[in-house]
Amino acid sequence: MSAATNHTDSRKVDHSRAAADFTHNDDRAHWHDQSLWFVRAKRDRMANSLPEWETLRAKASEVKAHTIANLAGYLEQFEREATRRGAVVHWAGDAAEHNEIVLGLLQQHEVKKVAKSKSMLTEECHLNPFLERHGIEVVDTDLGEWIVQLRGETPSHIVLPAIHIKKEEVGQLFHDRLGTDEGATDPKYLTEAARQRLREVFLRCDAGVTGVNFAVAETGGIVVCTNEGNADLGTSLPKLHIACLGIEKLIPRAEHLGVFLRLLARSATGQPITSYSAHFHGPRPGGELHIVLVDNGRSEILGSDDFRRSLHCIRCGACMNTCPVYRRSGGHSYGATVPGPIGSILNPARDSKKYATLPYACSLCASCTDVCPVKINLHEQLYTWRREIVRAGHLSWTKRLSMRIGGAVLRRPWLYNLVGGVGRWSLRWLPRLLIYGPWNPWGKQRDLPPAPSKSFRQQYRRRQS
Amino acid sequence: MSSKADILARIRRNPTPAAPLPELEEAWITYPDPVAHFFEVLTSVGGQGQAVSNGDGAADAIRQLPCLADARRIVCRVEGVALGNVDLAAVADPHDLADIDLAILPAEFAVAENGAVWVTDRGLPHRVLYFITQHLVLVVPRREIVHNLHEAYRRLKFEEPGYGLFISGPSKTADIEQSLVIGAHGPRSLTVLLCD
Repeated sequence: MSAATNHTDSRKVDHSRAAADFTHNDDRAHWHDQSLWFVRAKRDRMANSLPEWETLRAKASEVKAHTIANLAGYLEQFEREATRRGAVVHWAGDAAEHNEIVLGLLQQHEVKKVAKSKSMLTEECHLNPFLERHGIEVVDTDLGEWIVQLRGETPSHIVLPAIHIKKEEVGQLFHDRLGTDEGATDPKYLTEAARQRLREVFLRCDAGVTGVNFAVAETGGIVVCTNEGNADLGTSLPKLHIACLGIEKLIPRAEHLGVFLRLLARSATGQPITSYSAHFHGPRPGGELHIVLVDNGRSEILGSDDFRRSLHCIRCGACMNTCPVYRRSGGHSYGATVPGPIGSILNPARDSKKYATLPYACSLCASCTDVCPVKINLHEQLYTWRREIVRAGHLSWTKRLSMRIGGAVLRRPWLYNLVGGVGRWSLRWLPRLLIYGPWNPWGKQRDLPPAPSKSFRQQYRRRQS
Repeated sequence: MSSKADILARIRRNPTPAAPLPELEEAWITYPDPVAHFFEVLTSVGGQGQAVSNGDGAADAIRQLPCLADARRIVCRVEGVALGNVDLAAVADPHDLADIDLAILPAEFAVAENGAVWVTDRGLPHRVLYFITQHLVLVVPRREIVHNLHEAYRRLKFEEPGYGLFISGPSKTADIEQSLVIGAHGPRSLTVLLCD
């Protein structure tokens, strides 16, 4: 089991090593792969049920491109309209400022206990440990997030936080922490136990903190989507609601929600829409709504022609569910809040040295690009990131050396011929032991193809003559 | 400089290529029988529903629901359905609604494509009712149904402060090994009645 990832340290993430740990347990790796493929298949069924699917993707991409091109104006409009409806808008340049703002609000209201609903932004800012250090109890109320919180882990997927955990492990965890029957593994029984315990949290919390799926500039409203209803339960009982969002979550008008809500749940989990899609315009009577707009590096990405489109992301997770590397290596192997293809673009933008291995956790198969509901050219950006990482000198010496050797061979036809001949001869005549040693990572889990007796060039020449 | 000015300046410093806002007028999906499609999708997302006649139709349908038999505390805000026994006006603190077994509430319209209904907090003192009740019944006028979400948003205006949401099925989760469990934090069942 991969341990919780410590995001605050600056050690380099070694994706392939972490992935090797994960795949070490062959059964679990296959089970993980199948679980995600199941979600991908559901997504396909939903996408195929709408003849206008590709039109929707195109519209969504255009709306996002337009919003990003006019972001400053839309942010100002959003603040104006949200304020007019009674919300208070805060601006945070980075994660630390975001955390300070949230803490300040909680302290002002003498909050001791917070019910939090899923928010990748607060994960990105490491809000939970920060608040806990200041004596505030934070309970993640999304069932999957609560499970990983109880285990002292971080989510391994942005939509399915506990996708890497087996029901037997949840059963043991709940037995230890909630006193459920030992050995119980029935998801229905375990969910009921969580429901009972989290009800108490909802009834006793002093504030609700949520993420935001979409913020509408024209109306100053925020939209939060959940299946469990935890965001709504957590914000409808206490008087204080704090909503945190990255500045890229803006869309111009309410009518655009029609496009995005049609795409989001279908892409994420293969549902026609989430059970609850709540539209908050101002606080409820007698309450307070605070909205924290967070930059944390986004405005820098906005300046890059190569990577700007990564800001289109609506965090549906479809690219992870389809990614052959993610499915087999597990979300924790990326060592980041957002894993998978989109994470391998967003994280290097924040720290290209620490996350230098992530763009290589990719076979460039482009399946992520095919399923992305907002048409981010994910595989192209991953490829571009490799170039950037080489330029910045962050490539490991093993990769540098092998690339240099490869380049030298490919530049010299005579050498290429020679190496090819040696390779073909070796594959045919050398004992397995010599070919499949630790020096051949390619042969770890697969056999090399049978070597032909003649090279392509030799065969070609013979046909020509 | 304030963070707001900082962020806006950083954004404006980076020129981005102009991109026009697309038109949303398209031939979006419609259904030959939107009511039938609505019920089909509603069932697929774990809800249940039926069309009922005017008059006592809604009340009769609710009386058939198994959840009514065990319901002790019932909130009812639907005109013509006299099944409620909790006076919301007498409830000052939403926490006091923790033991509500069944809420019967009106909804504004239904969406055929995704089995959702639109509800708001207009005239409802505690919006937590939609989530805190053990079972939820929503009653929608049968003629108030749209084919898709684009039509839905054409109806919605957000001029005033307020809260509104699409509800599609009961509260659910699949966070334990992708096994669907109905009744995560909110209602364990959702019944939608389309009323003549």
